Amino acid sequence: MSKDKKTVTTVNPRTASRRKFMKGLAGTAIGATLAGKAMASANSKKSGFLTIHSLEEYLQKNYREMTKEEKAQVLARMEKEYSERYGKDVKVKDTEPIDGVKFTYALDLNRCIGCRRCVYACVDENNQSRENPQVHYIKVLQFENGTMDFEESNRYYDPEMVPEEGKYYMPVQCQHCEKAPCVKACPIKATWTEDDGIVVVDYNWCIGCRYCMAACPYEGRSFNWGDPHLPAEEMNPNTHYLGNRPRMRGVVEKCTFCIQRSREGRYPACVEVCPVGARKFGDMNDPTSEVRYIFEHKRVFRIKEDLLTEPKFFYFFG
Amino acid sequence: MKRSRLIAAVAALVLLGGLGLALANQAGDFPVDPPELDEDYYPCAENCHNDMDVDRTPRMLEDEHSDIVLHHAEQFRWCLDCHDAENRDVLHLQNGTKVPFEESYLLCGQCHGDKFRDWRAGIHGKRTGSWNGQKHYLLCAHCHNPHTPKFKALKPEPPPAVPGGAKAGAAH
Repeated sequence: MSKDKKTVTTVNPRTASRRKFMKGLAGTAIGATLAGKAMASANSKKSGFLTIHSLEEYLQKNYREMTKEEKAQVLARMEKEYSERYGKDVKVKDTEPIDGVKFTYALDLNRCIGCRRCVYACVDENNQSRENPQVHYIKVLQFENGTMDFEESNRYYDPEMVPEEGKYYMPVQCQHCEKAPCVKACPIKATWTEDDGIVVVDYNWCIGCRYCMAACPYEGRSFNWGDPHLPAEEMNPNTHYLGNRPRMRGVVEKCTFCIQRSREGRYPACVEVCPVGARKFGDMNDPTSEVRYIFEHKRVFRIKEDLLTEPKFFYFFG
Repeated sequence: MKRSRLIAAVAALVLLGGLGLALANQAGDFPVDPPELDEDYYPCAENCHNDMDVDRTPRMLEDEHSDIVLHHAEQFRWCLDCHDAENRDVLHLQNGTKVPFEESYLLCGQCHGDKFRDWRAGIHGKRTGSWNGQKHYLLCAHCHNPHTPKFKALKPEPPPAVPGGAKAGAAH
């Protein structure tokens, strides 16, 4: 146990305060705690819930308050840390939104066969914890034909083959609401809506209170109840600060429309993997885009519209 | 006089626009993967059909192609309704126009006009590439076997873990 304690600096939320932490640093503990632990992997099971790997990490500002230089420093520190931890050349980008773009998603319920290819393509792309905790951004709900009662939906279906007779499937993920209740709920502004409409989380600023999860009517957010388990060989080294960089214990994460891909013009991983082409993605402000065509020519709906969250995720029947 | 000229100009514009729309997305506008042609058979004309007489009678094929099951409005249709009798390496439309296998979507679009329209707009079918740049299209035949076009069932990926460690499938 004591060995575990030495591998990582942890902050006990019951007793933590900035003053005590700084005081602690000033004392003799500084050499023993920080120098040896700076890049250690987060293995500690007890002694507090949040994990901090270095003084720089503890003192890091909210992403939106960082200057360009500070961002560059943070990204460089993270690249070094992740590269050492995963044994590969990890890139952490901070690609900015493209001017005038409003990302929108559309999903064709007539096409979806419930094969869950999207769920696992997402996990692979976005470096989610594979198990304990298992983090899936996409939940594929199975409904009886003619119903749409979420309470009665089944996400654990496991037949030999899909689609099944008399059922239909509705994948649900973060709906990237225009009026996102999760953003309103966050007491410390660790989550916000970017200019291109993507709702993002600053994992380093998140305190793990999970108010956002309680506020979200779509189960769009997941929580790291323990140290994420991400095998080094499966780690995707092409990451974004606000997207798929490795997360830590005690923080909330969510779909970012694959921010590391979409801001470079690529389709999100779930769009590219879908074998039936049910998933459509693009810029609603572009009159020639696929999503705009769907919006103008198809009958679209958004789930739980009555909550006035105004999702940028549309469902349609193609 | 002026008005009729204006009408003529507008009509010409509409006609040209319509023609442009019809031509757009038919060739060269976006890359479409080439069809997966069976090397055992293709090129069909050179391999076999050049040496054979054309028998236009609808019948069960017994010597060759016996593996092909036609389940696509088969009561109204037979091989030579889509495959060209004179040149087996191409298809032909209802009006006799020959189209290569690379443009087989023109053939499908004769009946499935609504799907063809959606496919050209990027709505029906899978797209890869870039949402703001070059998109990559697949032919209808990449996902639908033209002889039995219903999309084949797939084995689903495993369900998520049930919180608390219960076995998946136990719920419902």
